[in-house]
Amino acid sequence: MLRRVKHWGPGLLLLAPTIILVGVFVYWLIIENFRVSLTNQHTAKPSNKYVGFENYTNLLADPNFQHSLWNLLILTIVFLGGTLIFGFLWAWMLDKPAKGEGFFRAVYLFPMSVSFIASGVVWRWLLSSLQTDQPGGERTTGLNRLLDSVGLGFMQNDWWSNPTWGIAAIAVPAIWQLSGYVMALFLAGFRGIPEELREAARIDGCSEWKLYRHVIFPQLNPVMLSAVIIIGHMSLKLFDLIRAIVPDANTYDVQVPATMMWVKYIGSDYADAAAIGMILLVLVALVVVPYLMYTSRAEKR
Amino acid sequence: MATSILDRTAAPAAKTALGAPNPGRRRINRTLKYALLMLFVVIVLIPAYVLFITSFKGSADADPSRAWFLPTTWETGGWAKAWTTLAPALGRTFALVVPAAIISATLGSINGYVLSKWRFPGANVVFTLILFGMFIPYQAVMIPLTQLMSNLGVPQGVPSLMLLHIVYGLPICTLIFRNYYESVPSELIEAARMDGAGILRTYASVIFPISAPGFVVVLIWQFTSAWNDYLFAAFFSSGRNGPVTIALSFLAGGQLTDYGASMAGALIASVPTLLVYILLGKYFVGGLMSGSVKG
Repeated sequence: MLRRVKHWGPGLLLLAPTIILVGVFVYWLIIENFRVSLTNQHTAKPSNKYVGFENYTNLLADPNFQHSLWNLLILTIVFLGGTLIFGFLWAWMLDKPAKGEGFFRAVYLFPMSVSFIASGVVWRWLLSSLQTDQPGGERTTGLNRLLDSVGLGFMQNDWWSNPTWGIAAIAVPAIWQLSGYVMALFLAGFRGIPEELREAARIDGCSEWKLYRHVIFPQLNPVMLSAVIIIGHMSLKLFDLIRAIVPDANTYDVQVPATMMWVKYIGSDYADAAAIGMILLVLVALVVVPYLMYTSRAEKR
Repeated sequence: MATSILDRTAAPAAKTALGAPNPGRRRINRTLKYALLMLFVVIVLIPAYVLFITSFKGSADADPSRAWFLPTTWETGGWAKAWTTLAPALGRTFALVVPAAIISATLGSINGYVLSKWRFPGANVVFTLILFGMFIPYQAVMIPLTQLMSNLGVPQGVPSLMLLHIVYGLPICTLIFRNYYESVPSELIEAARMDGAGILRTYASVIFPISAPGFVVVLIWQFTSAWNDYLFAAFFSSGRNGPVTIALSFLAGGQLTDYGASMAGALIASVPTLLVYILLGKYFVGGLMSGSVKG
């Protein structure tokens, strides 16, 4: 027994600061947040009266919050779809030996190194929807003006100023920023496929399409899963980009739970803010926990 | 590990000619591919172009009809305004990001070492529990976190943000180092142990000297994500003591935006991370990968 402690003790001791910090700043705070979400602390004045799940039922019944969930769904679908399509397409084009490959890779990946706040400055201008009601209007700027001048005027639109689909416009800069990342993931996946496997399939008379369908795609599944998890959880948490593009945090058209939580916090409605935080946590956990379990099991094997 | 994962491992290019029936068609395909690749380059660079030209525009180019053209006169007024607004915040950001990156990387290295080479029963569970901290939406801890920080008496601004970037950076740092050390042969550790070296001696003499690539990846990752952070900054600082993202959001925010100054500001705020990306690109990619692809 003593020998065992001597064996493990030092390791545990070295890990202790992290275990304590993560224990307090992650797990304890989540419990504490849950506690606050069950109280009626809707003003700056501290209050510890418990109201059960009332805040949750009220939120879920609130049309504003329902709309923010709808927005979150649209955002996530468009964001995921866009990054997967461009990421895969770029990786596929760059997979075969190509001249200038490094250059293309570097350009496609560079937006990733910039903050959402900085890129939001330019996207706010690009996605401005001044006077789209009159095509080619004098005050039209941003992408609408560009589209108009290259003869794609029919593609002009209100961007994010639309209650139903406006949030999809927010996904455009997000896709711009993270497609390169997904490309990098897919490239690593492509490179992980042994050349012999392709050769063997070709010698067996496999057509190019069948090669992809039965050899390449199945090999890319783990990478695809990683991409979905990473982009998906980024999308659920997206906050900076919306704040940078849309001046008012409380804008119905692009409201998502993360921005609504901020609005509640500013308004000192701590109980509601905490409840929204919990709902976000549950959404993220639904995506991430199975993934973590899957990878730790895969590692054991 | 960090030596660019994306570089092909000497795939024989000639072999692919095996199933090529028609050289003419192949050339057309190649041209098409390059045209498409270039088109995407143009699309990806559009925002960079707009940032650049707008940052040099003065009132002479205010008319929207000139929006997509180069400035008629290259004005630097926007840059001057952006620089005076952002300079103090830039200093604060460096002051908080550099120590935060170094401290969390050091802790992450030790954690990764213990979790891969000095395992104890339940080490995998502890690792998974730490890892979960990387994925949580910080909104789920923010309200009690503001309370905790004020109870602890940590001042808003640089001290708060430094602490938070260290703590919430621990999971990813631990993950990257653990995966990195997994590839170190255990015999090295065993040999040191046989010689009677303890856990710290072994770390100092065997592990730390070979950790440089891991540190580069982790430091870059931490530097970039802390530099680009806005969420924590919004909750734990103000324009007076906040980092550059906060200063930039004030410069660019509001209904009436001075686009010349705010686009110059966006460029200024992006220079450090862009430099890191350009100079240390392959390590940057290494960090991205290790956060996702196992093995």
